[in-house]
This record gives sequence, structure tokens and C-alpha cells, in this order.
Amino acid sequence: MGVIRRAGMFILQVNPILCDGFGHCAELAPELVHLDEWGYPIISHDPVPLADIGSYESARYAERGCPRQALHVAKVNAPAPITNVAMPLPSSVSRKRRPL
Amino acid sequence: MIEARTLPRLFAGATNRPLSLEAHEEMFRPAGNVASLLDELDASGLVGRGGAAFPTTRKVQLLRNQRGHKYVVVNGMEGEPAAHKDNRLLSTNPHLVLDGAEMLATMIGASRIAICVARDNPTVVHHVEQAIHERARRNLRGPGIDLHTPPWRYVAGEESALVHWLDDNESLPQYRPDRPHILRIGRGPAMVDNAETCANVGLIGRYGAQWFRALGTHDHPGSVVVSVTGAVTRPNVLEVNLGTPISSLLASAGADPAPQAVLLGGYGGAWLRGDQINTPYCNEALAPLSLSVGAGVAAVLPRQACGIIEAHRVVRWMAHESARQCGPCAFGLPALAEDLLAVVRGGRDGVAAIARLQDRCNVIEGRGACRHPDGVVRFVRSSIDVFAADIDNHLRGAPCAGARSSQRYLTVPALEHEEDLIWE
Repeated sequence: MGVIRRAGMFILQVNPILCDGFGHCAELAPELVHLDEWGYPIISHDPVPLADIGSYESARYAERGCPRQALHVAKVNAPAPITNVAMPLPSSVSRKRRPL
Repeated sequence: MIEARTLPRLFAGATNRPLSLEAHEEMFRPAGNVASLLDELDASGLVGRGGAAFPTTRKVQLLRNQRGHKYVVVNGMEGEPAAHKDNRLLSTNPHLVLDGAEMLATMIGASRIAICVARDNPTVVHHVEQAIHERARRNLRGPGIDLHTPPWRYVAGEESALVHWLDDNESLPQYRPDRPHILRIGRGPAMVDNAETCANVGLIGRYGAQWFRALGTHDHPGSVVVSVTGAVTRPNVLEVNLGTPISSLLASAGADPAPQAVLLGGYGGAWLRGDQINTPYCNEALAPLSLSVGAGVAAVLPRQACGIIEAHRVVRWMAHESARQCGPCAFGLPALAEDLLAVVRGGRDGVAAIARLQDRCNVIEGRGACRHPDGVVRFVRSSIDVFAADIDNHLRGAPCAGARSSQRYLTVPALEHEEDLIWE
């Protein structure tokens, strides 16, 4: 019997515009999702390790079971969010396409 | 050429009429020593004047790395009911804003400029139209400029809502899970900049970064346009040096020298206590008080006013202005307004409501597609904190004198029926 080792983390994300508060996610992934008093999901922003297979599977169930398809399981490699975006482009970038 | 340390800069030569193109070029003669726009913008340290104070040079770098048919979107929507700065700027010197937009377009390689003014301000729309015609007659080279007139809504000035309107004629914010997010019109990347930011870029492009940094503080350089409203004898739009004490900027609008509190940053902002009005007006000094310059609003609340009633009026209107896309905003904000009303009425319901307010603020924060609910939460928290003594009186059943009078100080537009709200 092999032990599945998975590196990395995931976050369950909800698109609040699509979400209509059906509440299926709280049934399918109770360890990740709580409902607020209006029935909309409260999901932690902290990444969960993929090695936590139970959580990952329920996140996938919630993603597939959402009637508005508002949920998304996003894999993250680094737990720190991307903050710095300054990427200076070299001034002489050739836009020519390479020959095939 | 304008001297580096003089004010006004943005409003130089302002009269009752907008400056014509000739007068504008006469007033703002290029100094001719600006080598590279990009380097100058980088060295100037300009941060966006729309509220988020995002460094403009970072935005430019981000957009330069994109490919496709790019757009520069000038945001002159003026969502804040207490602010008048974009309107004032566009109706005194629209050419400075358009110059800045053209420079930004050159920097990122954009082929079109879209300038957005709410259609509820027909005078400003007219002035901008005239300015665009004047430039077209001169046959100035450069990107084409289009005027767009979305409906005026509080969230319509939010950048993703504005781009959504340009893209699909709906002033609704979009969901952006990963930041920074490149907003797109069709497939073309769009850079949204506030009208005041564009005007500042227009100055930096003429006179350079060193000139620009002669005013303001190190981390927050330049001048800023502030709308002073509330309990003042002369409600006014002022251009001030960043780092000026707030008390002196209130004094020049004829405000009460000892106000109860000053609302900074707009209706998604927070209150400054009356005893702290000697704080310099810049983000460096305001950040420790968890305040910011925001959209350049300073609304003065006098001693005799009831802060909690004013807070309720603002939150009720902000709840009404929600786009009703996200549940926590559509249901949460009216709940906050109801709780505040219960606090105003006092008694046992009020005591329960105060506890509930804190919980609801924690639940709502950060759960909308845009920052509208976060702004309201910040405003509610700050109101609870600053007017704590007044809230105690209300809960004990002895409301302040301001609650009994019918005089109100903050400008809040009338609530329309939900079905009459125009989003497209």
C-alpha cells in the first residue's frame, strides 16, 4: 500500500457575483465552508495542504456540486500572496516572430 | 512655466470658464528638459489620486508588458457625493487631464483614450466635449480620444465597473480573484487612471520629477485636490500641498475651528477625531491613525451634530448604492444600516445592535467582488470608535442635542426606488 504524497496547497475560492447562496457547498465541504446569516459561504483565505485528502476531496465535491458553478479550487505553490509586480521590460524587445 | 513651489498647480490660470487650448498652452509651457517620460514618472513617485494610492509607475510597467490594442481610461466619474474634484478639474482645465492621458498612452503604447464622465453632470460633459473638439480641430497627432458617459452610481466609478461599462454597457464591478488583474475592453488591456492622476502626469511630463517633488512629502509627493464640505461657511475645492496640517486646510474653507470629527477619504473612509486635526494631510501621517487621503474629501462634523445619525444616513445610502451582485454586500449593508438605526433609537435593541454590528462587520469584510462593502465596514467601525461616548448616551436613552434637531451636515443624495436605479 503506497502513501500518496502531494506537495502544494489549495484554496477554495468563491465568485461572489455568481454565488446565489444555495448553500450546497456547506453541505458538501463542511470542514471548509461556513454559511453566514444570509446563507452565503464564508471560506478561509488560508491555503490548505493538498496532503489533507479529505478536505481536498470535499472541496472538489463542493466545486462540482455548486448549482451556480461559483466555486473554484485553486492550487497555490507558495502560501505568500503575490505582492510585487514591477517587472521592467527591456527597452529593446524584438517583437519579431522567430522562424518556425 | 509655473514655479515649482507655488500653488495652484493643477488649477493654474483657472477662471469661471475652462481654459481654451491656446490659453492652456500659454499657461503650461513645456520646460523642455524632460528626457524620458518613464524615468521621470518613476522618479516622481506619483501615486494614484482616486483613493487607493497605487503607484502610477507600477501600473504603467504592468500595462507596458501587455500586448494588444490598449486603452487608457480616464476616470472622471466622481462617485463620492461629497467630492467635486474631478468635476472641478475637468471644467477648469480639461486639456491638462487630456495631455496627461496622452502621455500615459504614449508610455504604455495605447491606441485609444476613453474619458468617462457621469452623464448626470451635463456641464462637465459639455466642457470635455468642447476640449476634445478643440484638439481635433488643431489636428494634434496621437491616440484618438472618446468621451463616454456612464450613468452616475457610487460603484460605477470603481475601475472594474467602469471597464465593464466600456466593454458591455453595464456599470457593475467584476470578479477579480488574482491581483493585480489586467482589466480588458474586449481583448485589449485597459489602464484606468483618475482624472487628477492624469493631470499630475501632464505636469510631470512637462516639468519633470524634481519639479513635481518640490511639494508634498517624500512618500506622497505633489499637491492634492481636496473637497471640503459639511459644516463650513465656504464649501470649496482646494488644491493643497501634501503635508499641510488639516486644521489649516479646514480654516481656509471657513470651518468650525473645533469640530467634533472630520470624515476623510469619502463615504468609504473614516473619521478623524476633532482633537487630531493638526495631523498633516498626507498618507504617511494618516496611516498610523488608519486613515488615508482617499478620494480627497474632508467633511466637517460640528460639535452640535449627532455623529451616529450622520453615520446611519451615509450607511443607508451606501447600502442602497450596492450593485446587489454579491450576497454579503446586498444583504449585509442594509443589515448594518438597520443596526445603526437601532443604535440611534437606543434602548435594549440598541445594546443588542451594537454587539451585532461588530460581528456583522467582521463577517462582511473582504467578501465582495469590489471594495464597496469593505469601505462601508471601515466607515462603520470608525463611527463606532469615534462616537463611542455619543453611542453610550443613545443606548442609555439620553440622546444628544443633535439627535433632536433636524439639521444634518453630510450631503447624502435622496434614495431612489430600487427599480429606478440605472446601471446601463
